[in-house]
Amino acid sequence: MIDPKLRGATAIVGVGHAGLGLAEGYTEMEILVQAATRAVRDAGLTMQDIDGIATASVSSTMWVMPVIEHLGIRPTFIDNTMVGGSSFVAHLMPAIQALVSGQCNAVLVCYGSTQRSSTVNRAAIGKMRRMMDPQPYETPYEPLSPLSSYALAAARHMHQYGTTREQLAEVAVAAREWARLNPEATMRDPLTVEQVLSSRMVSDPLTVRDCCLVSDGAGAYVLVRADRAKTLRQKPVYVLGNSTAVWNRQISSMDDLTVTAAQQSGKIAYEMAGVKPADIDVAEVYDAFTINTILFMEDLGFCKKGEGGDFVSKGGIAPGGHFPVNTNGGGLSCVHPGMYGMFILIEAVRQLRGQGEARQVANAQLALVHGNGGTLSSQSTAILGTEATL
Amino acid sequence: MTVSNQTLETGAEKYYQTQLQAGAFTIQRCGDCDKSIFYPRMICPHCGSDDLQWYTPSGKGTVYSVTVVRNKPEKGGDHNVALIDLEEGPRMMSRVQDIAPGEVHIGQSVVACIQRTGDEALLVFVPAGDKA
Repeated sequence: MIDPKLRGATAIVGVGHAGLGLAEGYTEMEILVQAATRAVRDAGLTMQDIDGIATASVSSTMWVMPVIEHLGIRPTFIDNTMVGGSSFVAHLMPAIQALVSGQCNAVLVCYGSTQRSSTVNRAAIGKMRRMMDPQPYETPYEPLSPLSSYALAAARHMHQYGTTREQLAEVAVAAREWARLNPEATMRDPLTVEQVLSSRMVSDPLTVRDCCLVSDGAGAYVLVRADRAKTLRQKPVYVLGNSTAVWNRQISSMDDLTVTAAQQSGKIAYEMAGVKPADIDVAEVYDAFTINTILFMEDLGFCKKGEGGDFVSKGGIAPGGHFPVNTNGGGLSCVHPGMYGMFILIEAVRQLRGQGEARQVANAQLALVHGNGGTLSSQSTAILGTEATL
Repeated sequence: MTVSNQTLETGAEKYYQTQLQAGAFTIQRCGDCDKSIFYPRMICPHCGSDDLQWYTPSGKGTVYSVTVVRNKPEKGGDHNVALIDLEEGPRMMSRVQDIAPGEVHIGQSVVACIQRTGDEALLVFVPAGDKA
């Protein structure tokens, strides 16, 4: 059991982003540093106050070192953990422990990617990855990576529970409805279920509109101990729970394609936070593909296994629905720079600060953030709350 | 006939590929918990035992899930990627051939065969019987 003292012991006090959408002419380091600077200033701190750092990169295995060098800091807590898109949610727990133990006093978690504007094409990166991270029992069958893995999960969910393509499309439409309320979102044109269904099929049953965007973008947040958080500029957003789970790397090694390790990470995060799904006011989950949102609603206890399709139907998770999910427009319509996990945390912080503007969820006190990485491989759940939830 | 993984002079991956090249589809079964496993490993992922025995499975399997990867004709056209549950238990990624990609369906009975392309040997499946 996680030490109960860790609940609410730290808070996110600063968030920032840069280069959302297209960052032509900038490197990923440059937009990362812009986002980091904004997060530190948002907290009312200076870069010299940062003595802990966590980051991860899709391509650079020693990424934290050039980041430290560029920022000009001398951290005493360093975390380069890379578990795919959920990394920046998974970075919370080690940072919490480092802060509570006194190893450091202010942790900066940061990420940047220029995957859209980069001159290194993604096919070349894909080829490199196949050499450096071989999957000899999957690659010869030429699945689209990672898309076909999610398509296989979607097909199985449809077979097992009667989930429909229309219900998958509802997830994309809800994300778009939220994006239309967010001036920072990339895709803001109206979208209908019929348009999702009739768009180009990529890997059955997923069409291009069932898939996340390919964008540039950088994001960062700053985490400090709760006592210090109270003295800083912004309303603190407390970390009440966090847990990360990995059961497999490859989709072919997953026991049941309709059950993810989010069941484990969610259970532990809820226990640590002392809350249950019904208490959550808003959820920000990693929607790389429409099936993700359905799987995570089930695995995180918002509905029963197999009922995720019904849960998202009839605008259930759209603005005005019964439960607000992915209020920034998600990876499907807001932004998706390779590893989206950073941006779900930023959106949750904004909602709990009451800075959601047109998309603000009324009286949001408790937010659930859920990151996913690989091919339904890594799962990290965080529960965040306002001072009222302590 | 079984071969013990511990008596091999190579790792499991190399042994599997060598056997496949020689025309044999072999998988491992745990000597302690008796579960069959795939992909080839050095320990049993169910119980941690390193007593793994190689044997020839029946080759019979069932489609657990399937997707059609859409490709333009000039890029080779559509192909299916399937997850196959072997009769002995383990699951593997593969492709179902001798059938239109879109006709492959969950629950379909399939049989393993080895496809050769140049020097490469690849385990694929075909529908079982005349009409699956």
